[in-house]
Amino acid sequence: MSNKYRVIHFINQFFAQIGGEEKADTPFFVSDHVIGPGMAFQNSLGADFEIVSTFVCGDNYFSENSEKILPEIVEEMKKWNPDILIAGPAFNAGRYGPNCGAICKAAQEYLGIPGVTGMYEENPGVEMYRKNCYIIKTKNSAVGMRTAVPAMTALIKKIAAGSEEPDPEKDGYFAKGIKKNIFVNETGADRAIDMVINKTAGQPYKTEMIMPAFEQISPAPPVEDIKKAKLALVTDAGITDKMNTERLESARASKYLSLSIAGMDTMLPDKFCSVHGGFDTTAANKNPNVLVPLDILRRYVRENKIGSLFNTLYSTTGNGTSLKNAQQFGAEIAEKLLENKVDAVILTST
Amino acid sequence: MLEKELERAGIPTVQICTILPIAQTVGSNRIVKAVAIPHPIGDPNLPADKELALRESIVDKALEALHTTVETQLVIE
Repeated sequence: MSNKYRVIHFINQFFAQIGGEEKADTPFFVSDHVIGPGMAFQNSLGADFEIVSTFVCGDNYFSENSEKILPEIVEEMKKWNPDILIAGPAFNAGRYGPNCGAICKAAQEYLGIPGVTGMYEENPGVEMYRKNCYIIKTKNSAVGMRTAVPAMTALIKKIAAGSEEPDPEKDGYFAKGIKKNIFVNETGADRAIDMVINKTAGQPYKTEMIMPAFEQISPAPPVEDIKKAKLALVTDAGITDKMNTERLESARASKYLSLSIAGMDTMLPDKFCSVHGGFDTTAANKNPNVLVPLDILRRYVRENKIGSLFNTLYSTTGNGTSLKNAQQFGAEIAEKLLENKVDAVILTST
Repeated sequence: MLEKELERAGIPTVQICTILPIAQTVGSNRIVKAVAIPHPIGDPNLPADKELALRESIVDKALEALHTTVETQLVIE
């Protein structure tokens, strides 16, 4: 009775020795043989593991038909009753990487089995799939196969043994961004003070959370003549129409709103309110002009202190907004403002 | 982040906010200090005329920031 771990290995047309770019349209097929780098994996994994089948798909065929074939691949995987999926490694290959990530993600989602692959840090598949599977850090070409295989198999053996949690630093894979709670002897206060003392003294210290590094943007050139300028208003104070028809969230906003302020001289409390969950909105709901100074700006237009106001107010909720979303909202709003020839923006934040 | 994306597109943008260190760290280029988190451009504790004067001064600072050439970061308190 075999107690071996059953492994499926996924590779592309190149590693399956079918051909190069000209064969990237090779349709998906399954072999019960170990092919190409699978042999190195089988040797490295040893007798407790068996690569029971090799799944092959051309890079283009997979990329172009992924919606159709992923369900097919999942059904096929089920037939082999696998315990683990190995994909690639893909190194820096820009289609192969995401394809490996996609199949690993599907294996976890639909079969509940871990997927292990390998990519170079710049492979787009890393950011796309690091949360969904174990992506071992590799060199940027197949020259790195000799180091990628042992790293991948070491991690696979660790996962299979189940006695120790995989760790991105120790095991050499891209951190999945999962936070796990653990107990330690020293309190957070003690650990923080130790860190501060070390940091101040120029001694080495290790942060427990890696803070994002913020990109510096060169300031835009100033408005030349404010009296002629077309200004737009943007806010992250969570302003919505009274009924919040588009369901702007109170936190972790998934969207921004384009609210019309056409024909309005002021932000009326029966038209607007704030749904921001991070501050007391009493003052703002009584007089939304304290969040968005529409009243003053309309007057300034009449007094020729500024040229004009764009009649759309862009609003989102800046409360635990993901950096990625915030960036995307900003980029989209910028595009719309450029289309509408807006010269400058007043952004109000709470 | 919003301020940066707008500036990245070449649109001078001034952020009126209360917690300056956040805007400074994230890297907004033009920052004007607001009154308070619940009412950045207002103060319901003031009599109406004083509040208006305060509100106008913040808006005026914002317009000034938009009109100023900035090398790295401008903070007006």
